[in-house]
Amino acid sequence: MRTDRPVKPEPQKGTLSRILKYTFRYPWAMSLSLLLSAVSVFFSLLVPILIGEGIDCIVESGILWSELTKIMTLIGGCTLLSALAQFLQSLCNNHVSVGVVRDLRKEAFHKISRLPLSYLDRRGHGDTVSRIISDADHFSDGLLMGFTQIFTGVLTIAGTVVFMLLTRWQIGLIVIFVSPLSLLLARFIATRTSRFFHAQAATRGEQTAFAEERISGLKVLRAFGQEEESQAKFDEINGRLEKAAMNATFYSSLVNPSTRFFNNLVYAAVALLGGLAVVGGGFTPGGLTKLLSYASQYMKPFNEISGVITELKGAIACAERIFALLDETEEPSDEGAEELQDVAGRVAFEDVSFSYLPEKPLIQHLSLSVEQGKRVAIVGKTGSGKTTMINLLMRFYDVSAGQVCVESKDVRAVSRSSLRESFGMVLQETWLKSGTVRENIKLGREDATDEEMIAAAKAAHAHSFIRRMEKGYDTVLSEDGGNLSEGQKQLLCIARIMLTKPPMLILDEATSSIDTCTELKIADAFAKLMEGRTSFIVAHRLSTIESADLILVMEKGQVVEQGKHEQLLAKGGAYAALYNGQFA
Amino acid sequence: MKRLFPYFKPYIWHSILGPLFKLLEATFELLVPVVVGLLVDKGLGVYVEGAGYVHADVDYIVKMSLLLVLFGVLGCVFAVVAQYFAARTATGVSAKIRSELFRRLQSLSYKDFDRLGTSTMLTRITGDVDRLQSGVNLALRLFLRSPFIVFGAVITAWIVDPGSVFTFILTVAALAVVVFSVMLGTMPLYKKSQEDLDALTLSTRENLTGVRVVRAFCREKEEEEIFDKRNEKLTRGRKVVGALSAITNPLTYVLVNGGILLLLYVGAIRVEDGLLTQGSVIALYNLMGQILVELIKFANLIVSVSKAVASGGRIGAVLTMQPSLETDEGLEEIGEDENAPFVEFRNVSMRYSDGGDPALENVSFALGRGQTLGVIGGTGSGKTTLVNLIPHFYDIYEGQVYVDGKNVREKSMQDYLRARIGVVPQKARLFKGTIRENLLWGRSDATDEELYEALKVAQALEVVADKGGLDAEVQQGGKNFSGGQKQRLTIARAIARKPDVLILDDSSSALDYATDAALKKALRGLDATVIIVSQRTFSVQNADQILVLDDGKVVGKGTHEQLLESCEEYQTIYRSQHTDAAKGVAV
Repeated sequence: MRTDRPVKPEPQKGTLSRILKYTFRYPWAMSLSLLLSAVSVFFSLLVPILIGEGIDCIVESGILWSELTKIMTLIGGCTLLSALAQFLQSLCNNHVSVGVVRDLRKEAFHKISRLPLSYLDRRGHGDTVSRIISDADHFSDGLLMGFTQIFTGVLTIAGTVVFMLLTRWQIGLIVIFVSPLSLLLARFIATRTSRFFHAQAATRGEQTAFAEERISGLKVLRAFGQEEESQAKFDEINGRLEKAAMNATFYSSLVNPSTRFFNNLVYAAVALLGGLAVVGGGFTPGGLTKLLSYASQYMKPFNEISGVITELKGAIACAERIFALLDETEEPSDEGAEELQDVAGRVAFEDVSFSYLPEKPLIQHLSLSVEQGKRVAIVGKTGSGKTTMINLLMRFYDVSAGQVCVESKDVRAVSRSSLRESFGMVLQETWLKSGTVRENIKLGREDATDEEMIAAAKAAHAHSFIRRMEKGYDTVLSEDGGNLSEGQKQLLCIARIMLTKPPMLILDEATSSIDTCTELKIADAFAKLMEGRTSFIVAHRLSTIESADLILVMEKGQVVEQGKHEQLLAKGGAYAALYNGQFA
Repeated sequence: MKRLFPYFKPYIWHSILGPLFKLLEATFELLVPVVVGLLVDKGLGVYVEGAGYVHADVDYIVKMSLLLVLFGVLGCVFAVVAQYFAARTATGVSAKIRSELFRRLQSLSYKDFDRLGTSTMLTRITGDVDRLQSGVNLALRLFLRSPFIVFGAVITAWIVDPGSVFTFILTVAALAVVVFSVMLGTMPLYKKSQEDLDALTLSTRENLTGVRVVRAFCREKEEEEIFDKRNEKLTRGRKVVGALSAITNPLTYVLVNGGILLLLYVGAIRVEDGLLTQGSVIALYNLMGQILVELIKFANLIVSVSKAVASGGRIGAVLTMQPSLETDEGLEEIGEDENAPFVEFRNVSMRYSDGGDPALENVSFALGRGQTLGVIGGTGSGKTTLVNLIPHFYDIYEGQVYVDGKNVREKSMQDYLRARIGVVPQKARLFKGTIRENLLWGRSDATDEELYEALKVAQALEVVADKGGLDAEVQQGGKNFSGGQKQRLTIARAIARKPDVLILDDSSSALDYATDAALKKALRGLDATVIIVSQRTFSVQNADQILVLDDGKVVGKGTHEQLLESCEEYQTIYRSQHTDAAKGVAV
């Protein structure tokens, strides 16, 4: 299991069109937004014209009052219409950008359940969390800005061009052709900052992964007084993040002043030429005012667009990380696969080979068959591959060669859910979700009645401690089970199985943290549960597996011995050595 | 929020210079309309009906245009400098805060840690600090600039024509009301939205850590539904807050245009009265326009700042959390002599919350230096709670705990406790890096030889050999090791420390009997006071003293033999593991 996979090159063009595809899922909001921005831009462009005309009415030699009043009414109307359209457009944009991010998050989360375990086992959880949470957030912010400003920006530019040409085409032309040069400048800077944004997003992911590991293992860390060491490592990543963020922030912020500088040049040119034109005749000061105001209005969107371009670069870098997650190879779909039905409990391994890493073969040519209702114990030293057997049975991993069969059907030919539903699994590593005790026990059967749930809890001997909790079954467990002891967590996990009563059982060190007295008490319930059910038990307590129908002794991924307790003991091999070792 | 101010201290000059340069830039921007006004009034000369503009001063027009260019250059330079200072401050301050946040989280007491949970801490370190960073960056660039331009425009207007300046003041006052109401209105909503994001983080984390269980129970659909529900909730919240802040822009636009209308009206009257020139009206109008442009920028800034303030509050909440562990100075010491107990509990009781059931009740025992204590008892009987009090991981509810004759609450003891006690927790955890790095957590200056010795005691030599030596990679959370392998390495980690007190909290549960037996045998050779928590009498039978816990109370104390004779609970436990009936247990 290694993490150093080659980094995939991520094409940006594809990302952009993919983002667009997501936005097109909101065709109404998108087209409405376009329409509204046209309306708001149109009216907001009329306003300076009207104001210019209004100013022309205010001449020292006499005010044209009737004209001025009419114009002022018009200005008021245009303002209100433009503002209303602007507001509605913001609502649409917000709707789309928030919606797109919701969709992306949803897909990314749903993706998790379709990813093979080999991927998830290999990855730090923090990085994935960072993609679904922070990256999506950054993307959302960038997208919203992008929308609002690019739409109106482009339309404002188009509108101003028309008005400028109408006002004084000679000067208009200069503005029109010179200003866009600032976009080239913005592009130049943006291309160069794009890698800083990538570095920033990647470092952020790295930091989240690190923080996730350290925070979830905080108790151990504290016990070993490793705060300083952790802090040093965190600060090292943090330092790199600071640098990356500084680069991304500063270089991208260069865009604005440089484009503005450009615009100031254009503005000065308009003032000069406009002034000369008035002097030369045929042009009014009101016209000059209009033109100047258009020039700045024309340039403003360029400023904004160039600002948005850098913002969008950041957003795209984040989107790429989400898309990379969405693009991971999924487990082959089992849609239409046969549903496993009437499971009696016949299981067979036929010439199975498997390894996590191709260069490190683990299980090779393993064959065995288990009859219905038998109890199979898997024993072996720590790390001998017992858990791997369970990974294959539950189809968390697929075999490299051969096949695992349930009811004579290759497990790859039936649907995963029907296969997994026929097993009840309790693992040594307990997992409780944050929620009430009730929700946790009913995890496998939400429709169970409270009586059934309590019966299951009683069978698992969890009832008494649950009752003593603050709110009994309605006590909310915090993340990772809060301060329940490992043993209590295991009891809750066992209660789950007692409630679902699946046809087959997998118990991987299921009672390792439970005291032996309670274990004895649960044993009856387990014995009853196992009756007629095929069960696979991983255990290291040999005393508890002597009565198994079949004992598999594993060593370095191989089944080195199999048989019953007495047979194996008589054989004097690996099993006998393990068994005798217990009392050494 | 106030809690965050000290972090700006190292950047005090940056945060002053940034806005200052921004102001310089803004000053030039403010002067632009004035220059244009001059250009119109003086450059164009006087308009004479039929003759056009007479006395036009073309030189003046050119000069003024060049002045505009000069202002552009200066503005650009100042802006870049300001941008640099702002970026430095924003990224520097947030890096500092992130680092401090992590430090603070690491120092939280176990109690606070149990309460907070991992997910919310993660979002605070990542998302919240990010929002703060972009807020600070924008704020430094614009927060001073915008008000400055606005007030500058007002003052310039006053210079141009004191008589019509009231139109400006009215407009600005109305704008201030709008901007601040929106800010105040949205801030709590942004905070709420970050909390909704916490829930989403929780869902994501939980489904990654519990992926096997989720799949085993075919819960994928349900978990997706839960995530979708939380996702919808977040989305709804964001839509509401988005709608609220969407009001700002159109409203400022309306207000400013209203101001312009007023200005036109007042201007017309004053021109009619001969108090004002047309050029001045143009200048005034341009100034008003500048206010509008600035305020639109400011409104966008408000969104970022509201977000940043909301996040800042969440960060501040963690930063102000005091490590809730209580320490004292000058507490009474007991026993200096050789034979004094090394670890002693005097009438210790423990509750996790004030109203909760006691987790430990009135526990007392004394353990000599180099002795071994066994702690045995049922699930949830308080064994882990007991050992967690020795290194002072939790505050003791009642009673005293002494190590080496000193109260563990003594302030000067805290470093000693962290450095000289080796703990092997129930849940084996390794951290990303190499095996060596993980072992060095025990003691950073341990030699390879010492590490191998520790590995030998912990029965972990073969684990290291199997993985290819001390430099073998350990993946995040120790994913590439099996439960038993992790457990043995965590034991080695504690032993490598050569601790005065070694605490094994049921930490051989994933080991097979043979390995466990060998481990226990090797532990006897260590020069340490050892505390073994176990479910099995087998693991504690050789201890010098055994405590039997039941429901938080000590129900038996003594050696294996004594307890076998006198303690009913111990007998029951023993029998459960040593009779034929026990062997029938299948799990």
